[in-house]
Amino acid sequence: MAAPLVLVLVVAVTVRAALFRSSLAEFISERVEVVSPLSSWKRVVEGLSLLDLGVSPYSGAVFHETPLIIYLFHFLIDYAELVFMITDALTAIALYFAIQDFNKVVFKKQKLLLELDQYAPDVAELIRTPMEMRYIPLKVALFYLLNPYTILSCVAKSTCAINNTLIAFFILTTIKGSAFLSAIFLALATYQSLYPLTLFVPGLLYLLQTRHINPNSAAAVHTCENEEQSLLDLFLGVCHDVCGKPSGNHLPLLLPSQLLGFHPRSLWLYINVFFYTIPLAIKLKEHPIFFMFIQIAVIAIFKSYPTVGDVALYMAFFPVWNHLYRFLRNIFVLTCIIIVCSLLFPVLWHLWIYAGSANSNFFYAITLTFNVGQILLISDYFYAFLRREYYLTHGLYLTAKDGTEAMLVLK
Amino acid sequence: MGLLSDPVRRRALARLVLRLNAPLCVLSYVAGIAWFLALVFPPLTQRTYMSENAMGSTMVEEQFAGGDRARAFARDFAAHRKKSGALPVAWLERTMRSVGLEVYTQSFSRKLPFPDETHERYMVSGTNVYGILRAPRAASTESLVLTVPCGSDSTNSQAVGLLLALAAHFRGQIYWAKDIVFLVTEHDLLGTEAWLEAYHDVNVTGMQSSPLQGRAGAIQAAVALELSSDVVTSLDVAVEGLNGQLPNLDLLNLFQTFCQKGGLLCTLQGKPEDWTSLDGPLQGLQTLLLMVLRQASGRPHGSHGLFLRYRVEALTLRGINSFRQYKYDLVAVGKALEGMFRKLNHLLERLHQSFFLYLLPGLSRFVSIGLYMPAVGFLLLVLGLKALELWMQLHEAGMGLEEPGGAPGPSVPLPPSQGVGLASLVAPLLISQAMGLALYVLPVLGQHVATQHFPVAEAEAVVLTLLAIYAAGLALPHNTHRVVSTQAPDRGWMALKLVALIYLALQLGCIALTNFSLGFLLATTMVPTAALAKPHGPRTLYAALLVLTSPAATLLGSLFLWRELQEAPLSLAEGWQLFLAALAQGVLEHHTYGALLFPLLSLGLYPCWLLFWNVLFWK
Repeated sequence: MAAPLVLVLVVAVTVRAALFRSSLAEFISERVEVVSPLSSWKRVVEGLSLLDLGVSPYSGAVFHETPLIIYLFHFLIDYAELVFMITDALTAIALYFAIQDFNKVVFKKQKLLLELDQYAPDVAELIRTPMEMRYIPLKVALFYLLNPYTILSCVAKSTCAINNTLIAFFILTTIKGSAFLSAIFLALATYQSLYPLTLFVPGLLYLLQTRHINPNSAAAVHTCENEEQSLLDLFLGVCHDVCGKPSGNHLPLLLPSQLLGFHPRSLWLYINVFFYTIPLAIKLKEHPIFFMFIQIAVIAIFKSYPTVGDVALYMAFFPVWNHLYRFLRNIFVLTCIIIVCSLLFPVLWHLWIYAGSANSNFFYAITLTFNVGQILLISDYFYAFLRREYYLTHGLYLTAKDGTEAMLVLK
Repeated sequence: MGLLSDPVRRRALARLVLRLNAPLCVLSYVAGIAWFLALVFPPLTQRTYMSENAMGSTMVEEQFAGGDRARAFARDFAAHRKKSGALPVAWLERTMRSVGLEVYTQSFSRKLPFPDETHERYMVSGTNVYGILRAPRAASTESLVLTVPCGSDSTNSQAVGLLLALAAHFRGQIYWAKDIVFLVTEHDLLGTEAWLEAYHDVNVTGMQSSPLQGRAGAIQAAVALELSSDVVTSLDVAVEGLNGQLPNLDLLNLFQTFCQKGGLLCTLQGKPEDWTSLDGPLQGLQTLLLMVLRQASGRPHGSHGLFLRYRVEALTLRGINSFRQYKYDLVAVGKALEGMFRKLNHLLERLHQSFFLYLLPGLSRFVSIGLYMPAVGFLLLVLGLKALELWMQLHEAGMGLEEPGGAPGPSVPLPPSQGVGLASLVAPLLISQAMGLALYVLPVLGQHVATQHFPVAEAEAVVLTLLAIYAAGLALPHNTHRVVSTQAPDRGWMALKLVALIYLALQLGCIALTNFSLGFLLATTMVPTAALAKPHGPRTLYAALLVLTSPAATLLGSLFLWRELQEAPLSLAEGWQLFLAALAQGVLEHHTYGALLFPLLSLGLYPCWLLFWNVLFWK
């Protein structure tokens, strides 16, 4: 199974290398959909040169990266293209192995439930087989590496790719059952952008359910929480020392990267990310990985300064939910909406900024449509998942009380 | 959300789309065309009005009286031009300096990708002359431009004369708050492009030119003047710029205001407007169609068209001397220009208040974007409906049951439905895209090879290669799917048609947003046959229809329509000659000015059209 993965990696790296060499790279790295002020490579370079001049990169209002990133690139600036190709490859490999393990778990669980006779008798066609699950990890890697959004993001050297890698490793370590490592990666990801904090809940749920943590002791939860908190503190502390700032609270350090979200207009959207965590945790407590997928998508949709790199991460999970395909209702329309919007972004941006004939409302209308499309897509997946679970326990061919065929209505 | 989650309503909607698909498509297409035709009637077309405060309420008194001086300058200029056979740079410099301008020259050279037979040029080199009138009342941060493009023939001498006389008059006034640049360019648009690129310090078209020695801040507006006679009967205004870009409507309103004030007859697309008579709307429709054709061509119709790319609002005024009774001398034209420049001088910010996206059925009427977009929306809806129908058919065939409650037929447990469909699509998609790429690259690249092996000139070689590749595309791809054989042949062409429909809708949508006219024109021709194409039924009829609506045929048809509307109908042979010339011009304008029509057609619409051809000959 490793050979196809290597092939995919080779193709992905070739495409990226070719694009890095072409004249498109500069154009892509300026695109507003691909880089935001938080993840723009230009700003990293700016921060690095300020650092070289002995000026704090945070003294201006331009640089919003974390200190660890800037120190990372302080050593790797000459190999930046390589670094971004490697991070993409690492993300794909991590997702590959994570999903491989996850599929084994899913299959084991299904077998267990079948033996316990938990499923309705006529759901044979809903039962997943090892055959159809075999290529899922490869498809996930393929979806991530050859997704145009990922490629654009990589060619633009958006630091969003690094965040994606951290989240992917968090998922891998969670599924592998290593509480400590998963806490480290989650802390690192949170340190970079705060939103992955919400992934703590599904991660914890998964670890509890797969009995890597003793669920009986409430202290275990505390331990995990504390561990993550202390790790986050540790990273923040390290940054302080590295930056040579006077010790004290972390707030000034965090100001640039995180308070940007508090733009009055985006305030409610910003909080929105956190609204969904608890309801989702209640509804999906049996399915933490699906919960994680939904939460990653919610982050990509509602975070402030979203880029296509964030979208690419949750899109990589689509093959994992292949079995939901028959329950998806609007996949065609929604796919069309997302493709249309992706193409209209540059067109309307051109009309607004270069031609000057359209105004910003045209562009924002399209970003709004894009987000509505994503929201509908995710709710479609969510509903399909719930529906499949319902059918599994209640039988596929339901009849209403009067003997006619029943149908499920989401209300 | 009800519509998305309530199965009853969904099924009703699905049934509606499936059963009433054909009538809905026809209805939608007819609605689109009808909407477009209705654009000339009052509820949809509105009277133009001045939105910009700075140009509205202030009164201006025109004092220009230099008619004799203008004619004298024009005579001198024409004489010097005849003597030297090119732009009399030294004379222009001397004269501009004598009227008190700061004079600079700029030399440029450009080797065209292949010889331009219409203008008879290949290796072009020339000199632009421009004089700056420094504003007494402000620092040089903003400027206005009056430009006269001079071609190789002896036209536009009077325009240069008027420009110089106006410069002399403007020099004596104290109220200027913006610098005024008086620009005379050689080799008409090539010179303008060279000057604009150097002014903004960019190089987008591979022009070699000397850097500019003098600048005058951000250009707020520009007026191009073309005038070849001492008296005019009317002034024609051209607004359509490169790639269909239009100037702010306020600039046109300004011109119209001064034409009315001075009693000048002004025309749009060569047609005066007369809304009072009975056939007013009909005439409006003629003007509108002419504008649509011009805008769709994406060529700069006058040197103003190149200014628009740099976000400089600009228009071209053409003096027309026809057989009408009332003639105006240069003083009347000069007064209109003086008035316009004085009002532009009042601007506090860029022209932005009025519309940028509009259609003009007459000089005093306009249609705004919100009102004309539905026309193309209805046309694109046809593609959407067809795509939806195909998707439902494919989905039902592949899935067996969509709603477990709905039709629990003999369901195949998840066949690799997408896998089969997609694999057979790759080859046609790649081949047609490759044909498009060949169409874009090969003609210019291979012209020397062609001239060595065939008895043709370079320009002919380019055009003939274009046509050859275009025709070869029809023969090439329609056998590919046999190599990748599929179990369900019906699914193959349906999937291909689905992809092609979405591809076409996407392209037309994007084009219509940037250049409505082009999008609408292509949608009118391509949509019906795209919706009809299938490998069953009267295939020869479909094939003939498809060929008739291909992008090249649309271009040919547009040329005939264009001349018909101008009341100068073409014979078939003339039409063909014009078509060949238009092809060469299209390629040239892409390389010299960056016009996008050629790459759009060759890289986007032609491959997409080939996909439909492929669908038609699937079996």
